[in-house]
Amino acid sequence: MALMSLIIRRRFPVRTPIGRANPSFSILRLFSSSPLASAAAGDDRGIEKILVANRGEIACRVMRTARRLGIGTVAVYSEADSAALHVKSADEAVRIGPPPARASYLNASAIIEAALRTGAQAIHPGYGFLSESADFAQLCETEGLIFIGPPASAIRDMGDKSASKRIMGAAGVPLVPGYHGDNQDINFLKLEAEKIGYPILIKPTHGGGGKGMRIVQSPDEFVESILGAQREAAASFGINTILLEKYITHPRHVEVQVFGDKHGNVIHLNERDCSVQRRHQKIIEEAPAPNITNEFRSHLGKAAVSAAKAVGYYSAGTVEFIMDTISDKFYFMEMNTRLQVEHPVTEMIVGQDLVEWQIRVANGEHLPLVQEQVPLNGHSFEARIYAENVPKGFLPATGTLHHYRPVPVSPTVRVETGVEEGNTVSMHYDPMIAKLVVWGENRHAALGKLKNCLTNFQVAGLPTNIAFLHMLSNHWAFDKGLVETHFIEHFKADFFPDEVPVETDVAAKLSATIVAACICEMDFTTLRKTIPSGNSLLPVWYSQPPFRMHHAAKRIIELEWDKEVTGSFPMTLKLVITYQPDGNYFIEIGDNDSPGLEVKIMHAGDRDYKVDVNGLQSNVTLAIYSKERSKHIHVWHGKHHYHFRQTVRLEQYNDDGLEHKKDFQARSHPEGSVLAPMAGLVVKVVLENGSFVDEGQPVLVLEAMKMEHVVKSPRAGYVNGLQVAAGQQVFDTTVLFNIKDK
Amino acid sequence: MLRVLARRSWRQLQWRHHQAAMPFCSAVLPDGIDRSSDTFPFNSAAVQDLISQLQSNIRQVLGGGGPRAVERNRSRNKLLPRERIDRMIDPGSSFLELSQLAGFDLYEESLPSGGIITGIGPVHGRLCMFVANDPTVKGGTYYPITVKKHLRAQEIAAECKLPCIYLVDSGGANLPRQADVFPDRDNFGRIFYNQAKMSAEGIPQIALVLGSCTAGGAYIPAMADESVIVKGNGTIFLAGPPLVKAATGEEVSAEDLGGASMHCKISGVSDHFATDEIHGLTIGRNIVKNLYMAGRGENSPPSNSYSYEDPLYDEKELTSIAPVDQKQPFDIRSIIARIVDGSEFDEFKKYYGTTLVTGFARIYGQSVGIIGNNGILFTESALKGSHFIELCAQRNIPLIFLQNITGFMVGSKSEASGIAKAGAKMVMAVSCSKVPKITIIVGGSFGAGNYGMCGRAYSPNFLFMWPTAKISVMGGNQAAGVLAQIERSNKKRQGIEWSKEEEDKFKSRVVESYGREASPYFSTARLWDDGIIHPSDTRKVIGLCLSASIKPHPEDTKYGVFRM
Repeated sequence: MALMSLIIRRRFPVRTPIGRANPSFSILRLFSSSPLASAAAGDDRGIEKILVANRGEIACRVMRTARRLGIGTVAVYSEADSAALHVKSADEAVRIGPPPARASYLNASAIIEAALRTGAQAIHPGYGFLSESADFAQLCETEGLIFIGPPASAIRDMGDKSASKRIMGAAGVPLVPGYHGDNQDINFLKLEAEKIGYPILIKPTHGGGGKGMRIVQSPDEFVESILGAQREAAASFGINTILLEKYITHPRHVEVQVFGDKHGNVIHLNERDCSVQRRHQKIIEEAPAPNITNEFRSHLGKAAVSAAKAVGYYSAGTVEFIMDTISDKFYFMEMNTRLQVEHPVTEMIVGQDLVEWQIRVANGEHLPLVQEQVPLNGHSFEARIYAENVPKGFLPATGTLHHYRPVPVSPTVRVETGVEEGNTVSMHYDPMIAKLVVWGENRHAALGKLKNCLTNFQVAGLPTNIAFLHMLSNHWAFDKGLVETHFIEHFKADFFPDEVPVETDVAAKLSATIVAACICEMDFTTLRKTIPSGNSLLPVWYSQPPFRMHHAAKRIIELEWDKEVTGSFPMTLKLVITYQPDGNYFIEIGDNDSPGLEVKIMHAGDRDYKVDVNGLQSNVTLAIYSKERSKHIHVWHGKHHYHFRQTVRLEQYNDDGLEHKKDFQARSHPEGSVLAPMAGLVVKVVLENGSFVDEGQPVLVLEAMKMEHVVKSPRAGYVNGLQVAAGQQVFDTTVLFNIKDK
Repeated sequence: MLRVLARRSWRQLQWRHHQAAMPFCSAVLPDGIDRSSDTFPFNSAAVQDLISQLQSNIRQVLGGGGPRAVERNRSRNKLLPRERIDRMIDPGSSFLELSQLAGFDLYEESLPSGGIITGIGPVHGRLCMFVANDPTVKGGTYYPITVKKHLRAQEIAAECKLPCIYLVDSGGANLPRQADVFPDRDNFGRIFYNQAKMSAEGIPQIALVLGSCTAGGAYIPAMADESVIVKGNGTIFLAGPPLVKAATGEEVSAEDLGGASMHCKISGVSDHFATDEIHGLTIGRNIVKNLYMAGRGENSPPSNSYSYEDPLYDEKELTSIAPVDQKQPFDIRSIIARIVDGSEFDEFKKYYGTTLVTGFARIYGQSVGIIGNNGILFTESALKGSHFIELCAQRNIPLIFLQNITGFMVGSKSEASGIAKAGAKMVMAVSCSKVPKITIIVGGSFGAGNYGMCGRAYSPNFLFMWPTAKISVMGGNQAAGVLAQIERSNKKRQGIEWSKEEEDKFKSRVVESYGREASPYFSTARLWDDGIIHPSDTRKVIGLCLSASIKPHPEDTKYGVFRM
């Protein structure tokens, strides 16, 4: 094995992305620099082929390291993913079942079989899916496969939230007051809740990622919340036990990356702050945590190491703490016994490849560093780019990535992605598109880079949170590091203004002007390309500028501007284009007193244009696709990104214009109609037709993207027209029911 | 823009190359402008004045029926006719508008563009003839000139086999002028006759009812192969509600009587229901998209590859060349040099009958035969012209006539040389040759010269004028001289004394009336041509006309008896 390490070192001296990434880092320490390790896992050949039991970016990321280490890779895929990037990235790929995760990525026996079939010695579970299944880790061991992760016992101990807290309490790790017992009787739990004091947090004892979590403000919401949490826990993790905790009103989410080897060594690799969350899920993470002292950091780290040691931990793990910003105390929340989504920010500040560490530890090697050697270099941010509908309460979105251009990677910019242009984000899996990871010498520099990358990260085809992330990272309080778990809620008024700011409006009009010029230029080139043969002179009709007898040709383009952030009604911009003799466009916005702009397209590529507006040149990117009967146009220029729609008139109507009302109805529903907020599965219908509801009372429960969404009554009245039943699939904007006065 | 610049500078380079390396290359025409001549600056300035005047006249008619009528039109959710066409042709494509100044100063009331917009533009890559009523001009009613312009558009469409798109929004015949609109052969009824004949020939007839379509007008959509009607604005009926009430006492709303819903659901007079005008225009585009004219040139192979060079010399300089004073001779080749690809012109019979210039060139890659005047037509010139026309007809090469002709030579020597039969040969050749013909009158167009050089009577596919054009049977002075002579002998026979003063007055009256009637505005108002063009647009306009005129299947030319 020692020989093996040496060979690997020689073949791949400093070629990790991080090692290359930042010369200022202390040279990447490969394991072989540490004293000789010995293979502990039965086979002394070590791992030569890894099956990655996951999909998306994490599968790609694990395979990248494996490939760098000269290790073969096997992907598994569901029927929905046969052409996915993680399948393309692997040396081999095995189909394991139909699209629903339960039948594929959670199908332990199919995955084991795939490993045996391909001769992989080890399985890397990634995060989510089976990564925290002790049974699966156990099964791997039984089948003679190396599970790249912690021992099954540690997963089991930490997976049961109640048990873990008992162990942590015994190890002297500070805990939040709460009930972590086995008694799951609702009345009993309600009494416990009153002992702890409201507000109360309900959590499933198994699982993580915010799924199944509920905050209960008052006793009368308690029962409904418990039932929902149990149901969601059962659906996601197969076990429906829950625990209760005091809900801390101004908390920060700070977590510590720990790492252990099979020789009893455990160290921590500093902390991450993951406070900025929406729907209890992280969207921006950073390392190190801002505004904490080194002393605090060291307390935190020690507590985390104690926690890990208490369960005999090895491989990568994360100990999550809740930090009360008022008292500056921290409490153990849970330990995630896996590599986490946000692990790259840690990699960036310590200059290590944690997947490599996992593989080496699985091979039985020693940790390469002792605690004192762990560096803390600069600052790193991760922004999670999701397909989601921000104004609709961050609801997950589905759709096709018609245009996907992440920022170029560099030594200080990483893009972890599992999708390509043309892929769809389906309702079966997590809607994360990519992780944007940046590094800077200090927080200020890193934040600057984050903002810049977010403006240049181009996604079109489905709604994303990029603009929102950009807004977040530009917020003054974020700039000061005043993060806390309720950050978004707290500054809601800043993030969701009622009115579009004037400068946004001005920039939108400029964007529309540029779009209009680009459309004209594009039409010009495409028309000339598509001229039918037979009349060799036909191109004369498509000259630039178009010929008119004694006057300049004009054209009107109407663009609807979706003010995505405010979620308000679209605004129609009427652009009047006058073709100039020199091929330029003079563009005025109708019903607007502002003077027109002279636009010149200097260069037109497939989607990239060089545009000169009144003498100011800039690069512009345009993404155009058709969806829902209109043409969608996205434009990126400078730091702006706008989305316009151009109605394709003919397609808007049915062939029989007399019957076009049906269509129309889909848009203007009778008052009181409740539409499905997203595509999903009805899991429960609480009320029947004719029953009386109060405003805000739950009527039915939808499950989509592995999360439950309670559909509540918009007002008091009687339920009417309820036609869906549990188990039924509904689509975005399906009318679920309506509320009538009688 | 960059492209244009690049091409131009490359061209200049190439021009130098021509000059340096191929000084004797006869195919490339020289610049041909004598910038040092005394008349050059004078002429340029005079042409500029004519163009300014033209542009101011055009501005007037582009406003349609005036701001109030335009406003009323907009309030009904209707576009102006040119805007309708803009929305129907391929986005960003060209539109060749015809006879913009029809009806100019023709009636006591102004009738901008004759109340109807006609022209050619591509829809889904297929050239179509548009005929669009202007409802802001006298309610879109048909004056005699409106009918003439409509019929001319149909004539071009029939000749060039262009699908016709009628954007109908008209009150029908102008009742006070019914006598000049209704009864004659080339009056209102001819519109429907043409529709029937063209439809029979397989030339698609498409009507979009965007406004009213009353009485005779109702036959435009009814006669169409396919028609679209817009909800609310479009109505089709033989008699409107007032007339119905007067005739039968029935009280009915316009929409119920002949609205979109009725015609699409019940009567079947219209085929497509549009919820608004934009929708209607889009349906119209779609109809053209779905036209499949099997075996009508759809699959014919491209005749030429699309690559050509621009002329070596600036087309804008054509404004300096255009002759204001017909007496000042200039070389027609300086115009040709600014119209044809790479200014290359292969002359035919260069040293014979030199007052007529003939030769082959290309325009946007299309081979053409060019016939231009360089002075009075002599017997030799006419023979040369006839020969050249026969040559082009034989080879199916379109003909371009550049007219600047004061006439055939007169006098005993000329008559003795048989100039009448030489001229007749040219007229015979012009009349019978079945190739596309395009005539541009750049200067004078007098007498039989107009005939031999494919004047209006010889049905060129298109005929355009420069602002410098003059057209009449003979020059004003000559006419005054002839008429005065006749008058004097009349007076003499009656024994009446005719003073020199009286004679001068008589002559100047004739000169004045000839001058007025020879004006291009007088001509274009009466549709003796298809429009007055800016000299700099000549190459472009010829290119567009050629594109519209080229037939997929050439016709055989058969001539009558040539008098030898």
